[in-house]
Amino acid sequence: MIKITDLKKSFNSKKVLDGVNLDIEKGKITVIIGRSGEGKSVLIKHIIGLLKPDSGQILLDGQDITKMTERELNEVRRRFGMLFQGAALFDSLTVGENVAFPLREHAGMPEADLKEVIKEKLRLVGLKNVENMMPADLSGGMKKRVGLARAVAMDPEIVLFDEPTTGLDPIMSDNVATLILDTQRDLKTTYIVITHDISLTYKIADKVAMLHEGKIVEQGDVEYVKSSVNPILRQFVEGRAEGPIKVL
Amino acid sequence: MRELFESVGIWAGMIVSSAGGMALMLFQAIMWMFIPPLKVRNIFKQMEFVGVKSLFVVVLTGAFTGAVMALQSYNALKRFGAESLVGPTVALSMARELGPVLTGLMVTGRAGSAMATELGTMRVTEQIDALYTMAVNPVKYLVSPRILAGVLMLPVLAIVTDFIGVVGGYVVGVKMLGINSGVYIGRTVDFVKPNDIFDGLIKAAVFGLILSLVACYHGFNTVGGAAGVGDSATKSVVLGCVLILMSDYFLTSVMF
Repeated sequence: MIKITDLKKSFNSKKVLDGVNLDIEKGKITVIIGRSGEGKSVLIKHIIGLLKPDSGQILLDGQDITKMTERELNEVRRRFGMLFQGAALFDSLTVGENVAFPLREHAGMPEADLKEVIKEKLRLVGLKNVENMMPADLSGGMKKRVGLARAVAMDPEIVLFDEPTTGLDPIMSDNVATLILDTQRDLKTTYIVITHDISLTYKIADKVAMLHEGKIVEQGDVEYVKSSVNPILRQFVEGRAEGPIKVL
Repeated sequence: MRELFESVGIWAGMIVSSAGGMALMLFQAIMWMFIPPLKVRNIFKQMEFVGVKSLFVVVLTGAFTGAVMALQSYNALKRFGAESLVGPTVALSMARELGPVLTGLMVTGRAGSAMATELGTMRVTEQIDALYTMAVNPVKYLVSPRILAGVLMLPVLAIVTDFIGVVGGYVVGVKMLGINSGVYIGRTVDFVKPNDIFDGLIKAAVFGLILSLVACYHGFNTVGGAAGVGDSATKSVVLGCVLILMSDYFLTSVMF
């Protein structure tokens, strides 16, 4: 569905992506792992067209996202949903208005139907009677859930998750992992998750790719990752300070 | 010496880059104002924020400025036996200069800083990125309504400041300093022409554009977390005030 070829991006003189090659399969959960600061967020922002690469291609069903104009990108972005690391809820809007936001902007739905859809999307992420609350009144876990409800509000084909469990306690992290699995099964959507949370990765991934020093150094299913002898991957999944990955 | 030239070069580069960035943002904001659907709800929300919520501060500013103008001009004009000119002095000063300028400065402090802070917070918490991912243009959604509100509401606020200033001057001149009420009002009406007020309103609209554009530009381009948000608010107030005072000179030299 998405084919990333030799993607390169530098900021000033710092190479962040140095030839990323990756295939994202339709209807599957692809998890991209890697250390903080390795460029996972940069990669995901390229996939949705928020950043332009220095070189390389991102083909979405054969169309190169990197060459698109802003108008063409806006058409493509309607096929995407995105859950940001801090949820990125609009803090001047209520929870209900946040979930309704993309629908109000693009779907042209009558207000009465909109209320039902908001309730349904919030129910999907396990929330009830929170429509009139403000984002500032929500816990971190609730914010992520509302962010997910907003991300899937337009029934997108592809949902991007930027560190969905960062900042959550282990129980809430597991809860979010279950939520990701359940919603993916219900919606049959393509999910792309970037994280450094190994337990989340093992629980949800159909495919795992490891980003290290600007390249995908290893990819495969969870069983492959568990049995891989690649020293970089082993050090990362086992969480060891000693090994080929240098701790600065 | 080389360091000095480097610093001047960096400083000049930043000025050119900011000016170019603001011009581009203004162009985009104006373009989006004419592309439907209009964000009417956002525009009214911003008009309320810039206009209605600034009313109290401009009323206070106008009242005390008019009052102090009456006091100062009375002391000066008394020496020539021209106390009857206190009314027109206050009214002309307010309409042509003090009304629009003080309104611009006060609204920059209140609404401009708040705009920069709000947009800056939205930038660092990825809310602006979220708009892009939902195929909503942030300039159309966030910047155009704020600039439109600034341009439309500053003249309204300037009229209020002018009127309250004249009332403040009247209270001090007539009630406290003993100038004849009929003379005060009559002289004011004789001297103040509609063009004096109209030119002041054009100035106010330009100041509204400057303060909202500067605030939106700095807020929109915030980097570096909470410190960056504070920095953007400070820059927007300082640059906004300086540009208002500079443009006031050029507008005045063209108009009068």
